[in-house]
Amino acid sequence: MELHAAELGFQELNEKLRETADREITLTGCIGQRFLAAGTAGKYVKINGIAGNALGAYLNGSVIETFGNAQDAVGDTMNAGEIIVHGNIGDAAGYAMRGGKIFVKGNAGYRAGIHMKAYQDKIPVMVIGGRTGSFLGEYQAGGIIIVLGLSGGEKPIVSNFPCTGMHGGKLFLRSDCAGIHFPHQVHHRIAAPEELAEIRCHIEEYCAHFGGDPDAILNAEFTLVTPDSGNPYKQMYVAN
Amino acid sequence: MNFYPEFEVVRNDSRCIRCRVCERQCANEVHWYDADGKVMLSDESKCVNCQRCVTLCPTRALKIVKSDCRLRENANYSDQTIKEIYRQAETGGVLLSSMGNPNPLPVYWDKILINASQVTNPPIDPLREPMETRVFLGKKPEHITRNADGTLNTQLAPQLTLSMPVMFSAMSYGSISYNAHASLARAASALGICYNTGEGGLHEDFYKYGKNTIVQVASGRFGVHKDYLEAGAAIEIKMGQGAKPGIGGHLPGTKAVGDVAKTRMIPEGSDAISPAPHHDIYSIEDLRQLVYSLKEATEYRLPVIVKVAAVHNIAAIASGIARSGADIIAIDGFRGGTGAAPTRIRDNDGIPIEPALAAVDKRLRDEGIRNNVSIVCGGSVRSASDVVKAIALGADACYIATAACLAMGCHLCRSCHTGKCNWGIATQRPDLVKRLNPDIGSQRLINLMDAWRHEIKELMGGMGINSIEALRGNRLMLRGVGLTEKELEILGIAHAGE
Repeated sequence: MELHAAELGFQELNEKLRETADREITLTGCIGQRFLAAGTAGKYVKINGIAGNALGAYLNGSVIETFGNAQDAVGDTMNAGEIIVHGNIGDAAGYAMRGGKIFVKGNAGYRAGIHMKAYQDKIPVMVIGGRTGSFLGEYQAGGIIIVLGLSGGEKPIVSNFPCTGMHGGKLFLRSDCAGIHFPHQVHHRIAAPEELAEIRCHIEEYCAHFGGDPDAILNAEFTLVTPDSGNPYKQMYVAN
Repeated sequence: MNFYPEFEVVRNDSRCIRCRVCERQCANEVHWYDADGKVMLSDESKCVNCQRCVTLCPTRALKIVKSDCRLRENANYSDQTIKEIYRQAETGGVLLSSMGNPNPLPVYWDKILINASQVTNPPIDPLREPMETRVFLGKKPEHITRNADGTLNTQLAPQLTLSMPVMFSAMSYGSISYNAHASLARAASALGICYNTGEGGLHEDFYKYGKNTIVQVASGRFGVHKDYLEAGAAIEIKMGQGAKPGIGGHLPGTKAVGDVAKTRMIPEGSDAISPAPHHDIYSIEDLRQLVYSLKEATEYRLPVIVKVAAVHNIAAIASGIARSGADIIAIDGFRGGTGAAPTRIRDNDGIPIEPALAAVDKRLRDEGIRNNVSIVCGGSVRSASDVVKAIALGADACYIATAACLAMGCHLCRSCHTGKCNWGIATQRPDLVKRLNPDIGSQRLINLMDAWRHEIKELMGGMGINSIEALRGNRLMLRGVGLTEKELEILGIAHAGE
């Protein structure tokens, strides 16, 4: 089914999207409508234009591919499925996502991967092709965040305060991260080849979506950040 | 520094039959049997005065009394204040407490009195005449509208239907036990009211009580997924909690075990951190976005509640929430309970529910948006008369949690944070959890609510009012005693005698 989004508000658009029996839906002329495909399962939604805030919130298995930019809160609390953005995304992408994958060709704003989780066999993955703003992986509790720095000019691969409050999961930054300050509660070091082998499948998938050579991308220094379990966040309490 | 224990165990040795029930029942390990002397001994320093041993002692040989061994009297530096300083000087720790603020701050409910009919407006006898206690929470239409064919448009925004204006407020599985959740869920179901999951997710066994469940979405988003959102009768966004406004929660990894971790959908042993803010909410517009994302995900079938702590500018905050698309606002006053909160925050942050409720109701009426939302108030609603006063001050319904815990056996020892609740409520220790029998727990909750419903009807009948609808915001039915003009002005009530 093809839907011309320009004339429709988000409620009508989502209603049509939910009601159709078609598995594949193409939206044209999308102009920032919010909550697209929220909570859906089993659909493939192709979006031409700009996807608004909370694209694929609570996504439960659908695949969303956006040929343009997406705004804030991409994949908020997503449980399963895939979101592919052929452009840049706004802030707080993948907030508390528990499963599924997000691929972004360009840059991400503040707080990407915030409070990302993992549960049983669900390990969420977020791959950002460009660079990210401040507070990347804040409160990260699980999953894998990969930032490639393939575009975005001379800016550092991540802005200020990455991994604040991180207490689970892994974060790979394709950079030696010289000059980037990490909090005391995380370890950061250059990833070993076997650790990079672990993310090869995700890089290959990224290249399948956006082009590029996985070998060339992986032939670089990656910094691996993990929480320091020996130095957890605890405020010393005394029972009163 | 060692100081003399706060409580003393007084054992009447002539009554004690050495059955050792006290020893077996005390998770704090206060009591033990000395085989040589054939006597029961105790270490009072571990006692929290939960009254478990007292209650179960078959010969009433035990009582717990407050020690009269006190520091030198000082009206400024109380024993409590001094001991808190000792504790912090010793550990460098942040003081941690449980349950609601116990300090002698004003309880406005106790300074408000209810009207009754005499002569000119006859009272109603609820035993003979029908009384309506059912309420519907949610957005109400501003105007009557008609369809094209002239018939009435009866499409309403989704409503939460309650048989009486009381619900059990949020307590997560993790902060309280499986059996406590089972008791609340079953009682809510039998009563036709709702209980609330809190932010710990919904155990798979309790999906069947969904029609009587409010599912909560908090900053940590624990256990939040499509099935969970659709399982309940309403979705509550937790922005704040009366006992600890402005701070989040932290279930340590050591407590995130077994079903608790599974229900939160996190790996076992992983810290469950609920950050203080929602990372995507910095404005009413952002709140609107979360409200609508939840509505979209559940196809507009469920009302969305936004819960906030009662704080200084609560009326302006509520006005914002009423414009955010939320269907119900829940306001939690500063005496509300908690499973653990820093003492300083619990005892000093936020404001009482009574002026907060009155201010919110007035503000929304003044702005002509009162019908946009229903108001639920919590934070120490202790009795049917508190409920009646709350409704007359403008609430649509009340949330209770401490009273519900008391019904299940809680003795308000305020030690929930230790995880050793001897009554099987605020604990995950299997040997303690099984002490709370859900058959009994739910029946006691049902009894309490049945009793309150009768009392609410009697109080309403006395006023000559036969439905909750006619009581809501009916401040003429209230009078203040011993309140200042400012307090009366904020509560919107006259003084007794006026």
